[in-house]
Amino acid sequence: MIRFLVKGLLRDRSRLLFPIIIVTIGVLLTVFLHAWIGSLMSDIIRSSAAFSTGHVRILTKAYAENEDQIPNDLALLDVSEQLQRLQRAFPEMNWACRIRFGGLLDIADESGETQAQGPTFGMAVDLLADNRAAEMGRLNIATAVVRGHLPTRSGEILISDEFASRLGIEPGDQATFLGSTMHGSMTMGNFTIAGTLRFGVPPMDKAALIMDVADAQMLLDMHDAAGEILGYFPHAIYDHSRAAAIAAAFNEPYSHSQDEFDPVMLTLKQQNGLGDYIDMAEGFAGILVTVFIIAMSIVLWNAGLLGGLRRYGEIGVRLAIGEYKGHIYRSMIAESMVIGLVGSIIGTAVGSALVYYIQVHGIDFSSMFENSGLMMNMQVRTRVTAQTFYLGFIPGLFATVLGTMLAGIGIYRRKTAQLFKEFEG
Amino acid sequence: MNPREIVKIQNMSKQFPMAGAFFTALADIDLSFRAGEFTGIVGPSGSGKTTLLNIIGSLDVPSRGSAIVLEHSISDLSHKRAAQLRNRHLGFIFQTYNLFPVYTVYENVEFPLLLLKMPAAARKQAVQEAIAWVGLSDKTDSKPPQLSGGECQRVAIARAMVKRPELVLADEPTANLDAKNSHNILQTMEALNREIGTTFIFATHDDKVINYLRRKITLNDGRVVKDEIASGTAGKKAKS
Ligand SMILES: Nc1ncnc2c1ncn2[C@@H]1O[C@H](COP(=O)(O)OP(=O)(O)O)[C@@H](O)[C@H]1O
Ligand SMILES: [Mg+2]
Repeated sequence: MIRFLVKGLLRDRSRLLFPIIIVTIGVLLTVFLHAWIGSLMSDIIRSSAAFSTGHVRILTKAYAENEDQIPNDLALLDVSEQLQRLQRAFPEMNWACRIRFGGLLDIADESGETQAQGPTFGMAVDLLADNRAAEMGRLNIATAVVRGHLPTRSGEILISDEFASRLGIEPGDQATFLGSTMHGSMTMGNFTIAGTLRFGVPPMDKAALIMDVADAQMLLDMHDAAGEILGYFPHAIYDHSRAAAIAAAFNEPYSHSQDEFDPVMLTLKQQNGLGDYIDMAEGFAGILVTVFIIAMSIVLWNAGLLGGLRRYGEIGVRLAIGEYKGHIYRSMIAESMVIGLVGSIIGTAVGSALVYYIQVHGIDFSSMFENSGLMMNMQVRTRVTAQTFYLGFIPGLFATVLGTMLAGIGIYRRKTAQLFKEFEG
Repeated sequence: MNPREIVKIQNMSKQFPMAGAFFTALADIDLSFRAGEFTGIVGPSGSGKTTLLNIIGSLDVPSRGSAIVLEHSISDLSHKRAAQLRNRHLGFIFQTYNLFPVYTVYENVEFPLLLLKMPAAARKQAVQEAIAWVGLSDKTDSKPPQLSGGECQRVAIARAMVKRPELVLADEPTANLDAKNSHNILQTMEALNREIGTTFIFATHDDKVINYLRRKITLNDGRVVKDEIASGTAGKKAKS
């Protein structure tokens, strides 16, 4: 008997293939939408983590309070020792010093007179130290180079391409930085422009300068000091509960101290209102995905319902021939489970493959905008998560089976003779 | 000695709820059918023929009175017992054939035996025999969409007959067939009635069918208005 029913199912395209296609499409859309929304959020988190907040960020309490003034006089001291301690305590994290600073970039002509000058916003990152691969990777520096090359030795800097054009300089040219040290005295240094960058962020494209940390420490008289130390989880994936635990452990020894030069560790969520943003985005994404799953469920539920109703005639004949109602009901539900399961598996497989493909290759919108070499990610990327693998089964399996169950109740509720009338009519 | 009484209907009425009131489809029916009959229930459309067959077939229940079919009181049967009665003892033939379109002729005919859990060897023999009765041995692997209406109805007859039921209920079996096919399937059923002794009860308003009947019960507005012996010789006449 089971063989008989399976045979019928396999031969009947309207009963097997089409429902499976519908379920597959529904599941695929659910899986894809979920992954895409998730990745939109994580892109924002990623770029914010890369450029400013880290996954966790250490600065002095005083610096934290006056952050917008970039008060390097309140910078962290003895950072190499601090770094070693952090590396030992949290070996899974990558730790990096950064210094932010402001000043003037001055271009001289042959006679030494100023030819062009402009205010600049500097960011010192590891361009030459051991940690350079991690830092340049997360900041996308290599792909953001428009002209010239990456710094290979001390004294080389990168500036934004737009800024370079405005100042009329090219890779290889000299520039003088004028600013103040962390102790407030005047400083200046000569640098070679190694290359120019396009960030994709207007304020940075206007006047940004990127320098190696060691050069900046020298320039700003910040011996073994840094404005901030950023910590990153592996694979650039922010794990808030872990970050909160690390921050709590780090901050514990300083909790009763009033010293404003004590370091404090902030999680990504505690900075720039990102916590609110993430909560809101998660809430919004949750609502969107939920609504979509409900909509998909209704579609698939109806498909299950229609599939069941269309078969009242067949059911009538089977009843007339003497099959039990319960047997027919169970076989219908078993069928819809097979359909829901096969559709969900195919939909999830195709959906995750698609999501994974986009995760690896990305859909590159930057070429569409003719902005090649953006430092900011102009790529849409999706990410396969654990939820990718089960979320689709809610509409795919449950709704389909539920629809069939509801349709099947008609078998019980209706008089047997009535099932025929619907068939013949 | 009279043959065994297989259906006994006493003082039976059937009402359908309709717009707050009741519509009486059958009223005060008293009928008895004996094994081996070849009987037709005739009457105009809406006179209650299908309703009566459905009750005899345990697909529906009387509102009042009783219907006893093969020692089973239709009013008192559970779903399960009614299914068993249909499965073991009754065969149905419908106006619209109601075959399973994705199954072959062989599989359509085999279905009732699968429900009966008949062993494979006996099943195969019974299916082939039933298909031979209706003259479709060369079409066992065809599917209903590839068959003509007459052939489909013959498959339906084979499906109803394969388990050798005591009673076959045929509701307007010729309504969708041309004259030639109508005679053909009636002759097939008449032969089965003669050779195996299966009882046939038809619901029909087709004169071609009426000419084959040996007993004719006329319904009008849900009441039996006539119950008469008929010649039942059309089979021979039609052949000549
Ligand atoms: N389920 C039902 N609900 C309401 N009325 C019905 C139902 N089934 C049949 N009837 C009515 O009962 C009458 C007899 O129907 P039926 O037995 O199908 O007649 P026949 O088969 O002789 O054409 C018709 O008037 C029909 O409309
Ligand atoms: Mg009728």
